[in-house]
Amino acid sequence: MEHTLGGPDATRRGVIGWLLGTSAVAFALSVIYPMARYLIPPTAGESQAASVTLPIKPAEVRLNSGQIFKFGNRPGILVRTPAGDLRAFSAVCTHLNCTVQYRADLSHIWCACHNGHFDLNGQNVAGPPPRALDAYVVNVRGAQIVVSKGA
Amino acid sequence: MASSGAPRGRLWTWLDERIGLADIEKLARKKQIPVHRHSLWYYFGGMTLFLFVVQVATGILLLLYYRPSAEEAYESVQFLMAEVQFGWLIRSIHAWSANLMIFALFVHMFSVLLLKAYRRPREVTWFSGVGLLGLALGFGFTGYLLPWNELSYFATKVGTEITGAVPVAGAFLLRLLRGGDEVTGATLTRFYGIHVAILPAITTALLGLHLFLVQKHGMSVPPSVERRGEGGRTTPFVPNFLLRDIVGWLSALAVLAALAAFLPTELGKKADPFTPAPVGIKPEWYFMFMFQTLKYLPAHILGIEGEVVGILGFGLGGVALLLVPLLDRRAARGESSRLFSAAGIALILYMLLLTYLGYTVSPTK
Repeated sequence: MEHTLGGPDATRRGVIGWLLGTSAVAFALSVIYPMARYLIPPTAGESQAASVTLPIKPAEVRLNSGQIFKFGNRPGILVRTPAGDLRAFSAVCTHLNCTVQYRADLSHIWCACHNGHFDLNGQNVAGPPPRALDAYVVNVRGAQIVVSKGA
Repeated sequence: MASSGAPRGRLWTWLDERIGLADIEKLARKKQIPVHRHSLWYYFGGMTLFLFVVQVATGILLLLYYRPSAEEAYESVQFLMAEVQFGWLIRSIHAWSANLMIFALFVHMFSVLLLKAYRRPREVTWFSGVGLLGLALGFGFTGYLLPWNELSYFATKVGTEITGAVPVAGAFLLRLLRGGDEVTGATLTRFYGIHVAILPAITTALLGLHLFLVQKHGMSVPPSVERRGEGGRTTPFVPNFLLRDIVGWLSALAVLAALAAFLPTELGKKADPFTPAPVGIKPEWYFMFMFQTLKYLPAHILGIEGEVVGILGFGLGGVALLLVPLLDRRAARGESSRLFSAAGIALILYMLLLTYLGYTVSPTK
């Protein structure tokens, strides 16, 4: 025993050091993992509605005007063109998610945040937006306006 | 421990034996501030610190009335402004002091940048300072949302959407920051936690490091002054420099009180996710140059979305700023580094110009 003290002792120290090190890492992980998971919000149920009946009557929508409506939990914009057509688009600007509005003076859709312009087909025509607004289908059933996502 | 000659009272001796007052006194008396043509800039770090203390004090007071939820936040601030005695004053000072603090911080940073105070051995002081700048901007961004008004709602929508443009991790970061897919009450609660607990905790640690390093290394003498051989003169920190500091702080407090009294912070309209973004929407002035840049970028640059290019550009700019002490080899050797001075001045001019445009160009053009 006396002659081999160095060997087994060094090994023993190594094993204890290894155990201590791995326990420390395991402990740290067991603390960090739940915290990290806790910070990630649970996925909320996205609204699955494919269509929505607006609380607006067709007769109330003036020529050359637009208004925001709720489509699930996101805003949409209903537009009556100067020619009299009813059209609906997602009101979420494709640039940085601001809510767009109808500019009667320009007769098209405009985003105030970064000066993005969209025409009456939702096409991005000027400013920074990279894509067109998503278009919805508008159906007038009697005194009701029903907006639905395209096929 | 007591070694200074002057006789002291019994309380002083009692405390000295237990916490070592004499050592602290010796340390304070040892600190010297160099005197030269650029000494004025030494005041802005202390000024930033003073305004930060004002922020902590007024922030704690605001906590006593504020309610962090989409249903109650706006109403609680309204109550604070209209009903609580001096509530308008506390909130206005908090808002104005935040602006002045960030202004002082920018002056401090650019003076350090142009006077090359980041040279060896002060690289870590610079890194911690850039970190504190990031934290201050984080405080500003998260605090802006808390009143839950129309402007702050859309500013937060845009600001958080920008993180979504980060390659690979963007969508994940966006959800993490918003506490969901959209800016909602969950975002408000999350920003509140970040604003009053997470950022203060990190700031305390980083500020401690920053101040420790400033004490350890003393004030930097600019290389231009050293080359002229004017670096010799100094003045004691206690009391000479400290008293001048205090004059500056009292002046800042007077300015704050005047601003808060004559231009109290407005509350605006309550946030409504189902209204269009208001005309003339703008972020806080210190984000304005980035906001305005995003307006000028075209939809696509070399096939990549313009906003992504802009955001990556700002990200790279931030990293370059952080790494200045490592990049500027000439200043590290004590030589003049015109390139970095020119870049610093160009950055200041760019920020000033874009900020000016942000406030003057018609928002509908």
